[in-house]
Amino acid sequence: MNAIRKRDLIMLIVGLIIFGVLQAMMSAKMIGSFWQLNILLIGINIIMSVSLNLINGYTGQFSLGHAGFMAIGAYVGVVATTNFGMPLLVALILGAIGAGLLGFTIGLPTLRLRGDYLAIATLGLGEIIRIVIMNIDYVGGAAGFKGIPHLTTFPWVFFVMLFTLFFIKNFVNSTHGRACIAIRENEIAAESMGVNTTKYKIMAFTIGAAFAGVAGGLFAHSFYLISPNSFTFLSSFNYLIMVVLGGLGSITGSIAGAFVVTFISAALAAWPEFRMIIYALALILLMFYRPQGLFGYMEVTNLGPIKKFFDGLKDSR
Amino acid sequence: MDFLHQLVQQLINGVSLGSIYALIALGYTMIYGIIKLINFAHGDIYMVGAYLGFFAVSQLHLSIFPALLLSMAITACLGMLVERLAYKPLRHAPRISILITAIGVSFFLEYTTMYFVTPTPRTFPNVIENISFNVAGFIINGQQLLILSITMILMAILTYIVQKTKLGKAMRAASFDTETAQLMGIDSDRIISLTFCIGSALAAAAGVLVGVYYNTIDPLMGIMPGLKAFVAAVLGGIGILPGAVVGGIILGVIEALVSGFLSSTFRDAAAFAILILVLLIKPSGLFGKNTNEKV
Repeated sequence: MNAIRKRDLIMLIVGLIIFGVLQAMMSAKMIGSFWQLNILLIGINIIMSVSLNLINGYTGQFSLGHAGFMAIGAYVGVVATTNFGMPLLVALILGAIGAGLLGFTIGLPTLRLRGDYLAIATLGLGEIIRIVIMNIDYVGGAAGFKGIPHLTTFPWVFFVMLFTLFFIKNFVNSTHGRACIAIRENEIAAESMGVNTTKYKIMAFTIGAAFAGVAGGLFAHSFYLISPNSFTFLSSFNYLIMVVLGGLGSITGSIAGAFVVTFISAALAAWPEFRMIIYALALILLMFYRPQGLFGYMEVTNLGPIKKFFDGLKDSR
Repeated sequence: MDFLHQLVQQLINGVSLGSIYALIALGYTMIYGIIKLINFAHGDIYMVGAYLGFFAVSQLHLSIFPALLLSMAITACLGMLVERLAYKPLRHAPRISILITAIGVSFFLEYTTMYFVTPTPRTFPNVIENISFNVAGFIINGQQLLILSITMILMAILTYIVQKTKLGKAMRAASFDTETAQLMGIDSDRIISLTFCIGSALAAAAGVLVGVYYNTIDPLMGIMPGLKAFVAAVLGGIGILPGAVVGGIILGVIEALVSGFLSSTFRDAAAFAILILVLLIKPSGLFGKNTNEKV
């Protein structure tokens, strides 16, 4: 077994231990229902931020419409389970297909744009998705979709999250992922080296959108009611902030970002205005003193002592 | 005939709304032209302007024109302050850092205002008499006339500053090429600061006028008009002042037509649909010139 695979295995074991501890604490009622919900949200937000990181961090395409894809996944999912009685797994897959297809369709024309224009176009697309959903009476319109079965449980979120992390990590380390990173570093240079930039940009965008759809499905089944107002561009900003806080181009960073942002939001939930002021100041100060985010391009497996540990594994092969 | 009548009436409403977008879009386009930043906080500057106007009218009992001037003056200082504290230290940072800072400033302004004035919407006092003119069967009310006349006066002043004064020449030079302008002895920091000052004052005027027009203001009122003004600026060609005005008015008219003839829920979608169409068909906007990126 080579070192890379061994590394994956160790991370998997670490993940399972975390899962075991949290699950045990939940079964033993050591975590109240408020924090149980927030642990679910952290998992869902990790899926969102890691998938957004694939688009924004690894491929360098500035997307501000991620909540729109989440909305597609959420609505496709709840229609599948509530109106057609399908199991959650099918609902999640359908949500991923729906969001992925939409990502592909709208990525095709919009990814020709660059920088700020792409940012504002994706923001607009996300809003259009939300407004269209708001005008479909079949899914409850602006009032929202009611009577969703509560199917999202902690194991579901955790294992889907784990799958997402491994999928995106392996994608980033593959030929395709390296092509995406080349596009981020310099699109023109990448193109002249023979990278099909359109293909890889759309690939990253579609995969990111599909996982946002999965996250949307999990999110919707954690509540009794979802409404289009849960998916405004402000929530897209929120996911962007998680990614930037953790570091554009670091999966560990996205996990940390999703954790920190969700945790702080939950802890300060009683003082909403105050929370947002702190949030804003933290964001500005972060850009002043650590614009690359907490982790930059680093992964947890590259950090000092942990790297030594893994290098040791490599030597003893 | 009835259809035609309604069409013209919606056009009048659209132009009033559009001139407000135009005022905000002018600030956007000037700021983007000079430091290439989508100033997400611009819509919130407009909100602060509306609140200052509200307090000037309701607490200081000023009439509309002094209130407008006071609000513009204070907001201009706020705009300069934001630039000095939040954007200037990041002048040479990557674009995404400044963009995120702008989002941070936007949240900061929204929620600080909310902290002080509470989230409940306020009713803007009636500052002009409720008069309306009946021109050949079409109704133009006093508020619309006020908006149109103040917008025109402000735009005339802006055109004078930009086209005829030395300051305006420096602004145009810095927006064309900041580095070369600096080599010609233009203090670009000062020009950027002034751009924020003028842009914020225009946004404040728009805020006060919206308060007068719709009678209600709230701390999150700036988000949507801010984004739409950006759409207007892109539609006209970013960095081009007449483009921002034309873009704003076109956007206002289209929105009025969509909410008049289709459904008001699709109003916001229309603005973004226009944006995407413009970006796909002619990304440089109606008045813009195409430029190619060099390696």
